Amino acid sequence: MKDKVMHPLAELTIARIKETIREPEVLFWVFVFPILLAVALGIAFREKPADKLRIAIVESTGAGQISKLLAVRKDMEPVVLDAAEANEQLAKGKVDLIVSIDRGIGAQPEGDVPGNLVFTYDETRSNSETARMATQDVIERGLGRKDIVSIRDNKVVTPGSRYIDFLIPGLIGMNIMGSGMWGVGFAVVLARTRRLLKRLAATPMRRSHYLLGFMLSRMIFLVPEVAVLVVLGWIMFSVKVYGSIPDLAIVSVFGSMTFAGLGMLVASRAKTIEAASGWMNFIMMPMYILSGSFFSYERFPAFAVPIIRALPLTALNDALRAVMNDGKPLYAIWLELAVLAIWGLVSFGVALKIFKWQ
Amino acid sequence: MEKEKEKILEQSINSDAPAVRCRGVKKYFRAVHAVDGVDLEVRVGECFGLLGPNGAGKTTLVEVLEGLTPADEGVVEILGYRWGSGDDRAFRDRIAVQLQETQLADKLTVEETLRLFRSFFSRGHTVDEVIKLGDLEEKRRERVHRLSGGTKQRLALACALVSNPEILFLDEPTTGLDPQARARVWEVVEGFKLAGGTVILTTHYMEEAARLSNRVAIMDHGRFLAIGTPEDLVASLGGREIIEFNVQGELAPGLLQGLPGVKAVDKKNEGYILKVLSIDATLPALLAEVEKRQARLVHLVTRQVTLEDVFMSMTGGRLADEG
Repeated sequence: MKDKVMHPLAELTIARIKETIREPEVLFWVFVFPILLAVALGIAFREKPADKLRIAIVESTGAGQISKLLAVRKDMEPVVLDAAEANEQLAKGKVDLIVSIDRGIGAQPEGDVPGNLVFTYDETRSNSETARMATQDVIERGLGRKDIVSIRDNKVVTPGSRYIDFLIPGLIGMNIMGSGMWGVGFAVVLARTRRLLKRLAATPMRRSHYLLGFMLSRMIFLVPEVAVLVVLGWIMFSVKVYGSIPDLAIVSVFGSMTFAGLGMLVASRAKTIEAASGWMNFIMMPMYILSGSFFSYERFPAFAVPIIRALPLTALNDALRAVMNDGKPLYAIWLELAVLAIWGLVSFGVALKIFKWQ
Repeated sequence: MEKEKEKILEQSINSDAPAVRCRGVKKYFRAVHAVDGVDLEVRVGECFGLLGPNGAGKTTLVEVLEGLTPADEGVVEILGYRWGSGDDRAFRDRIAVQLQETQLADKLTVEETLRLFRSFFSRGHTVDEVIKLGDLEEKRRERVHRLSGGTKQRLALACALVSNPEILFLDEPTTGLDPQARARVWEVVEGFKLAGGTVILTTHYMEEAARLSNRVAIMDHGRFLAIGTPEDLVASLGGREIIEFNVQGELAPGLLQGLPGVKAVDKKNEGYILKVLSIDATLPALLAEVEKRQARLVHLVTRQVTLEDVFMSMTGGRLADEG
């Protein structure tokens, strides 16, 4: 029978789902926006082949030969310049290293090849050390150095090590946070300002059912929310999920419940949408930056890292990356799951206690 | 304590318990005495109207009765039950509430909203039945934000009726509606009354109170100024009918007072208002007097005394829509 009314929790959850999908803005922010963001960032940070090392050789006899030696390596771009030009280009970062031929002590004027070279470079630049070693290696080898041990290069690509591999789980985490907090918080405060909460409080509805209805509807939306990014990452950037899909689902559910709880807490007493928005941003903004959605939190000072790792979004991002990038099983991320569970349970519990129905 | 509990238990078992009983109820918001000592007893099956200007304390009193706002002092019993004594949900199942200005979820349809409300109650009408009761068949699949004010109000009413409650609390059910929409809401309420339901209604429309209520209390500044049937309240003014007239020329008020059947004389602007027992007795005498004084009658209206006259005389002439 179509008219059969179901359990209040089921009816509340269904009503919540219907309300959400009938709100076009919600669909944009939850589904379209993360896709746009992932595509934009994926393109901006796509893997480029490592930049060529540009080596300046100061114009003098023998410069041509060195240039020829260096050109053997495909990742090197030797240029012969006069000293002033070379220095200027080094200062601007256009070349990584200057090779000048020293005619001083120990020079071998009879041969074409100079005996003493001077390498000029800025040690603080990331490429300079590589440039120095590579230049020395190529020149010595070219002049007939014999290798003492033979080395065979075995090049592998570490799974999940590209930026896009790092980014997709971060975006999933961020999306779970955003839609959990906004999805729950906004709707609750709106219902309060419209006196709908008070009206519901006047019915025999169990108050925990109302709040649980939000949690359940969040779980249902979670499936497409996560799937959209996983599938996009897979199709567009071949980002693979190395762990199991059920594990990914479990981590997502933990995250979703945690942020639904936090959203509920923010909404538990707020009387206006503006007040709630302020609190949401106050809570979420630091996590956008600190919790490693876009870049690793290891860049922050060491003393801050344990604090950052205690934040719910950090725990969620770490857990998602452990499953997606590293293929770790759930027991390896128990700490992250525990952090999420504690945040979720505490905020939901407090929210239920201090919740204002009028 | 024990005795008190026993008493409560006894009363909740006792089916003769009045629908609403309160004694000495007070509710203050800081310095504002929103409800300042109200005693009330409403019988099962009665429709009781609370009439008063905005800010009179009607809404606060009703919310105290509904158990949404705790009273600072006094005793409130609904069907013999005191809110907060452990069984609130069971009693919420038996009453229904329509709050002033609740906005239901915009994106749900009429039917979906009613399904949701129905699911909270252990008993009541089917969704189809309550759609019929609320006169909502045509709007069944319409989303709430597309409904007119009157239809929204009937939906709010249907949400309250969905459990087929024993007591229906209505807080200004027709405020802001046009006369036609108002009449449709009244019809729904009257249907509920006919089926034996108890109604507690607040309003600042005299017409509404008079049409729907068996008994009315006039409330202002947190107190009841008068309580009784609309007829009793009208009778309490002394006269049953009113003659309003203007004359050019002099008529002494003392002379008007002496006319047969006149209970009270008020001067209003240039004219007079006579509260009389019967127009038949007074009007010929008045006309004779006007002729005798060679005054000229420029305006004359006769009408029944209404609750509005009672209300005006009790609240000192404050208009209903003034705060």
